[in-house]
Amino acid sequence: MNDKLRSLSVIAALLLSAAAGTSSAQTLTGAGATFPYPIYSKWFDLYHQKTGIEINYQSIGSGAGIQQVKAGTVDFGASDAALSNDRLKEMPRKVVHIPTVGGALAIVYNLPDLKAKLRLTPEIVAGIYMGQITTWNDKAIAAANPGVALPPAPILPVHRSDGSGTTNIFTTYLSAVSVPWRELVGANTSVSWPAGVGGKGNEGVAGLVRQTPGSMGYVELAYAKQNRLAVAAVRNRSGKFVEPSLASTTAAVAASAAALAKDVRTPIVNSAAPDAYPICGLTYLLVYQDMKDPARAKMLADFIGWAIHDGQEVAERLDYARLPEAVVKVDEATLRTLSASGKKVWQ
Amino acid sequence: MALAVFVVVALIAWEMARGAMPSIQAFGWRFLVSTDWDPVAEKFGALPYLFGTAVSSTLALLLAVPLGLGTAVYLVELAPASVGAAVGFVVELLAAIPSIVYGLWGLFVLAPFLRAAVEPWLIAHLGFLPLFRGYPFGIGMLNAGIVLAVMVVPTIVSISREVLASMPRSLREAALALGATRAEAIAVTLDAARPGILGAVILALGRALGETMAVTMVIGNTNRISASLLAPGATMASIIANEFTEATGKLYLSALIEIAFVLLAATLIVNAGARLLVTRTTGGRRDVAGAA
Repeated sequence: MNDKLRSLSVIAALLLSAAAGTSSAQTLTGAGATFPYPIYSKWFDLYHQKTGIEINYQSIGSGAGIQQVKAGTVDFGASDAALSNDRLKEMPRKVVHIPTVGGALAIVYNLPDLKAKLRLTPEIVAGIYMGQITTWNDKAIAAANPGVALPPAPILPVHRSDGSGTTNIFTTYLSAVSVPWRELVGANTSVSWPAGVGGKGNEGVAGLVRQTPGSMGYVELAYAKQNRLAVAAVRNRSGKFVEPSLASTTAAVAASAAALAKDVRTPIVNSAAPDAYPICGLTYLLVYQDMKDPARAKMLADFIGWAIHDGQEVAERLDYARLPEAVVKVDEATLRTLSASGKKVWQ
Repeated sequence: MALAVFVVVALIAWEMARGAMPSIQAFGWRFLVSTDWDPVAEKFGALPYLFGTAVSSTLALLLAVPLGLGTAVYLVELAPASVGAAVGFVVELLAAIPSIVYGLWGLFVLAPFLRAAVEPWLIAHLGFLPLFRGYPFGIGMLNAGIVLAVMVVPTIVSISREVLASMPRSLREAALALGATRAEAIAVTLDAARPGILGAVILALGRALGETMAVTMVIGNTNRISASLLAPGATMASIIANEFTEATGKLYLSALIEIAFVLLAATLIVNAGARLLVTRTTGGRRDVAGAA
């Protein structure tokens, strides 16, 4: 028993020293969203090669990341959903949002006999997820797809079963385009779904759609491409049917630049720009505006400055939409407000 | 060390009760009977998950108990030693497969099979029962029940086998001497071993109640209660696995912790029951009781 206790305490000591190691001079720590993890880890790697600064990031989910920021155990958090005013008030000090990249959600479907590309209107998407449109040859779908032979098969809507920023973007979009959705369901990282089945993670939804004829789901664009799923074109606010792409996402972000300059948390869904894809969102870093340690504060601000400029170059290769120039300017303005013990850390 | 285990369990329970307090205060007993689960409006009720856990576990036991018990009887009473060892080895190998592998199997092998072959047949021939109505999705309560059944069979087989083997030979010999057939002698042994076999079943139930990953992948994850086994559902463990990481509200997080607390309580009760029953038949042989 003594041996076991001793080995346990050795393990505990190792863990503690590992944890202490992360707060050394050349290391920053962050935690949060899983959606931007691929590009963040690429950034951390590139930035480490360039400057020698190590950034330790745990992709534990947006909610958990926010908790870590609140507890002050990390230098920065990351979230796909912007914090509400109430949540911001719960923070011990002022927290600012810094958007880093954008992402689009693809509406994917499995209709093996359909040759044409499916076209969807906001009313159809909302109707299907409300459980009101239940078969593929519904009048509303037929009207949006003239000349296309739609099967009389039932529709199986697939949603994310786990709480996720992806779901937050999707339900924010549905709330923007459908009054019944806004009143009955609302927008959140997970909601009380009126219809359909849930798959765990993007891969779970993609897997269910791929193997269930008649199903439809929403996944991040990269997963739709990797799984070679059929992707629907969605009608945007200007009446054009647009397919999700990095360009049509950046167009949506650019069109919202003025609103983002006022409040960077403004949802960018349902953009009025003619080339914009309507179902997309931004992912954010969460940082305390006033930090305690000047050296670490400067390190963090310099990294973010690098990420929103040079870092953007790798975005499209990893299927993220780069920030348009106007939003980079908004981020720069936010970085200039960062301080440590009252002194500004970034110009 | 044994004392440390008690302390750890007590600390876990205490920590959960503390975390669940906001939810307990907000919803009280209604939490256990409400079907609301609306993170937007911050209204939470656990009934769909209690229901899902109960149904998926019951289904798993209905499938696994006859299979597991039959295997155990065969191994102890009928099989030649070499076959017994081989079958026993394979069955116990099943217990070593990680649950994510069961989940992937359920999703990519079992679900297409159920969707294409089993569920359409059930709907066509047994569709008059509410149990088999709906659309054949392949995933849902039935899939979860089957996956869980495969996962708990090793528990039932290995413990029942131990229990049956520990029955005194004189029992069977006496039955045979009184003119019983071989089948009747086995029935006598089974009857005497009943408490221990019940213990095996309850330990299997404990495993089924708490299984998370495999179930989450195949149950369909909706918070609706449906009479049909073909419909998707959710369990206590699956809702926690799904929503814990991105639970952004205080009450939301607390409601999830309360579900974990209820699940812990249920599992503790089930396991304590099993221990008691197994100990009663095997005369307190710890290695058997502790095997699961």
